[in-house]
Amino acid sequence: MYQLAGGIAPSLTAVLKIAREHVEAMIAHAREDHPDEACGVIVGPEGSDVPTRLVRMINADRSPTFFRFDPQEQFALYKAMGTAGEEIVVVYHSHTSTEAYPSRTDIALASEPQAHYVLVSTAGSGTSDGPVSVRSYRIVDGAVSEEEIDVTE
Amino acid sequence: MSVEVRIPTILRTFTSGAKAVHGNGATLQQVLDDIEARNPGLKDRIVESEALRRFVNVYVNDEDVRFSGGLNAPTADGDVVVVLPAVAGG
Repeated sequence: MYQLAGGIAPSLTAVLKIAREHVEAMIAHAREDHPDEACGVIVGPEGSDVPTRLVRMINADRSPTFFRFDPQEQFALYKAMGTAGEEIVVVYHSHTSTEAYPSRTDIALASEPQAHYVLVSTAGSGTSDGPVSVRSYRIVDGAVSEEEIDVTE
Repeated sequence: MSVEVRIPTILRTFTSGAKAVHGNGATLQQVLDDIEARNPGLKDRIVESEALRRFVNVYVNDEDVRFSGGLNAPTADGDVVVVLPAVAGG
């Protein structure tokens, strides 16, 4: 069971439209990697804002409190996206003991201004079936705004 | 001929939106100094205290410059430099 969005009133015009299978895949990844932070992307056609293809990424820090895409893997992804005309639509990562809200570090290091930043919190579930929180944000120029998640079947 | 430097979305505010800029130099440092002259502020996002910033990855022809001399990595006409900000957080 999981809960989408949170207590903060999300922006009425900003929304992440995403397939249920992608939401479930991000949650499964977060549960598997707990207590380390899981991370990955969902890419889509350039300019489309449609999350199409989920790619789990290695957390090179392998830490319960930090994540960092392995630079070689990130570069390979960059080249593959260039060839396929894709861009990063969603950057997701998990928080394993705190809420699904961007940390100061998340905000400071957000480097993909077009992306939706999805946080998955496994603080309540660990690796098992307990409740997981999934929330989405835009992070642009250091400003965080939460958005609704519209799950499509 | 010169060195092509591919600019990530987040740094295109320093290049008036250009996805790539060109510069001359025999090392990455020289190329960055050259393009800084025409794109002020760009270099500071890549370099801090005369070293590459920690959360920025730079490749010269597919090679991570951290393994080929950092700012002293050699560059030659026709080379392609890719600047790729790290994706990271906590």
